[in-house]
This record gives sequence, C-alpha cells and structure tokens, in this order.
Amino acid sequence: MAPPLLNVSISKLAWSVRRIIFAMVMLCTVQYGIAQDTPFLSGGVGFFTDTNGGKTTYYPILEPLLAAPIGSHFLVESRAALLETFAPSADGVYDHTHFIGLTYLQGDYIVSPHVTVVGGSFLIPFGTYNERLSPIWISNFQDGPLIASLGLMSTGTGTGGMVRGSAISRHKYSIDYATYFSSRVGNQQFASERSSGGRTSLYLPEQRIEIGLSYDRLLQGTHENFYGMHVWWEPKDTAFRLRSEFARGHHAQGYWVEADYRTQAFGGLDSWIGRIEPLIRVQQTFRRDTLFSDGLPLANTQRVDLGLDYNLPHNTRILTSFERQFSDHKDHNIWETGIVYRFLFPTWKGK
Amino acid sequence: MSLKRLSFAAAVLMSSSVLLWAAPQHQITGEQAAKKPAATIQPSQQHQDEGDRIFQQQCSRCHNAPEGFSSRISGTIVRHMRVRASLSKQDEEQLLHFLNP
Repeated sequence: MAPPLLNVSISKLAWSVRRIIFAMVMLCTVQYGIAQDTPFLSGGVGFFTDTNGGKTTYYPILEPLLAAPIGSHFLVESRAALLETFAPSADGVYDHTHFIGLTYLQGDYIVSPHVTVVGGSFLIPFGTYNERLSPIWISNFQDGPLIASLGLMSTGTGTGGMVRGSAISRHKYSIDYATYFSSRVGNQQFASERSSGGRTSLYLPEQRIEIGLSYDRLLQGTHENFYGMHVWWEPKDTAFRLRSEFARGHHAQGYWVEADYRTQAFGGLDSWIGRIEPLIRVQQTFRRDTLFSDGLPLANTQRVDLGLDYNLPHNTRILTSFERQFSDHKDHNIWETGIVYRFLFPTWKGK
Repeated sequence: MSLKRLSFAAAVLMSSSVLLWAAPQHQITGEQAAKKPAATIQPSQQHQDEGDRIFQQQCSRCHNAPEGFSSRISGTIVRHMRVRASLSKQDEEQLLHFLNP
C-alpha cells in the first residue's frame, strides 16, 4: 500500500475543508447551460489488507474525485484521500491512525487546441504511475512500484503552473507534452518542493505503442536531476497490456515491468472467465550511494509481484497478489487482498 | 473541528450529491458504447468508429471503461480526459460524439 502523500492533523484541516465545501457549493450553484457539462463526483472506495511477516494491516480508503467545468474552457478538478490504517504493534495490539489529504486541486484553462494551462496543486508529470495509475480504481496492484517516488519531489504534487497538451495528432502518430514549475510550499495541505520539469510521449496508434521521456530537477537544497522513460504496449483487439518504466535519481535508480491479460476466448470480457485478470510485475532498484532521500530501499532490491484480479460487474474489482522481495537486508513475502468499488455520478441536476 | 463534525459535513455533502443525482437520467454504458448498433447513415457510422478508436486508444489505455454513467456528465468526462490524456481537440470532439451519438 502506497503511503499517503500528506499526513495532516484534523485540526489543521478544518479551515481547508470549510473552504473546499464552500467552493463545491459555489460550483453547484453555477448554471450549467449545456446538459452534458454537469460536474461529476467520481472515485473509488476500497478495503485493502496486506500481510507481511505474519502481521496483517487493514486499510479502508475513500478516494473521491470532483470535476466541474466552468464555461467552455475552464475545468476545476480535485482528488482527495481519506485513509484509515489498522496496524498491529509489537505486542500484537492494533493501532489505529487516519490520514486525510488533498491529492491535488487544480484549475485547467484550455487556451487553444494544443495548449492547456494548469494552475494550483497538481500531480507532477513524471513517468506514468503518478498521473495515470495511482488512483485505487485504476491500479492493478494495491501498492505502487518501488521507484514510484523517484522524480516526484517527496509529495508527488507541485504547486504552481503547468502547460500541457497535444503537440501533434495524426492518424499514424501523436506527440503530447507536459511541462511544469512548482514553488516551495510549506502548507501541509499543499506541500510541495521547488522544482521544474516535464514529460513528452510519442504514441503510435497502429502499433499501440507509447514511448515517453521525463525529466525534472529539484531546485532547492541540493539540486538533483531525475530522468525517466516509459514504454507501453497494448496490442490491438486483445486485452493484453505491457507497461514498463525506468527512473534514475541522484542516489538510486530502478525499473518495473508489468503485464496483465484478460481472455476473450470464452464468451468475451464479460464472461466469468473473461473477468479474471492475471498479472505479473517485475521490478528492481539499485542504490547509487547510501544517502537515503528518495524513498527507495536502502539495499539493492528485486521483487516479483504475482496478482490475480477479478473484475466484478458494477465497477467493482477484487485485487489479490503475492509479492516476493529479495534484498541484501532480508527476503520477505507480502500477501495483499482488497476490493475496490468505483463510483461516477453527476453532482448536480443539470438542465 | 472534531473528527465527528468533519465526518458529518462529509456525509451531508455526499448525501446531497446522491439526492441531486437521483433524478431520472439517460445512462451511457461504456461497454455499450464500444458495441454500438449499426448506424443508419454512413457519416454517423464513421463518427462512431472514430470515437470507438479514440476511446480504445486514449481511455482504455489506462483504465477499464466504467459500466455506466449519465449522459449529463459526458462533456465533463471528455474535458477531464482532454487534460489528463492530452487529447487533441479533434479527438475530444469525436469522443464526445461517440458518447452522445
């Protein structure tokens, strides 16, 4: 289970929550002239467990996502995480902790067919995991890759501005880009570090291959560079997906390769067999020095994740996996199970 | 603000949203959207095929299609996807047409 990005106390959240509720109420009062542009509330609610060294930890979690268009060019969107953790202490008694935090809160202004300006607190566009795969209703495994924290500047979010869009879009290829600048913010709800960077991707629709490069630089303290590359391949007319990513930081580097498959041979994807989704993920991390500032394991680590998900009707998924981790410190197993329901509905009765 | 008051506020907000949503609405089904019946005129069929292609390439690349959602939020979904997936304007229009034939 990936740790929450922000750990905040309830008392310090109060003012932020009031402001968010006020903003949502104000958004709901906007008259939406186009019936298709009603704001929506989406997200996932899940219950996860992981068993490591014979000790089981429980994680009920809610991740709501709000998107509200204003006019024809503007969109406000936000995602939050409400996580409870029930973990056994050394004497076997369960401790309970909770975290509530905004994952991001951003405004998007569509300037032109090729340019969208984003302002606020946004997910850092480095690699693919943070922006695309981190929502609990999307990810195949409960926990993120070992290298997920590389290039994400500790919090995974930037506070500032971003320019992104489709640079070129043709039938045979397309290129998209995202570039950002983030300032240093100490506020617990919008914590971020001063950094800058971006990502660009080439997509070949006929081959269903995507290749992307990422780069960002920490601009405070010891300035550090991060480099990333991802390759995705999802063959046409199959339910097979192969995703991979490499990232290199100042103190460590690593990669992950993940494959998942659903058969269509026995009645299609909606048959009881077609809903079964076997998964495998292989990952390795390598330390370049012993300075620990990036969230990666202290020793070189290899890990194999074997998963079996089941896609139930009504946007519900069961996630199970067994993970075997090998490292110089200690080898160990992790068993994970969970269930996630994805919801999606209008927040306001439009015209 | 105590945890109880915070939870109460969240519950009120969620309940309000559900009540507002409870009105009758036309549902778009993601799976259905991928299996539209043959259109009666050729241009419409082309739009659907193109929209299906974009849906498969841009949306399904990351996540499964949601089983159903109200047509009233289709425009918001497409705009959200335009930003998140860096869709071109043409792709955005095709996708919107695909979700609202």
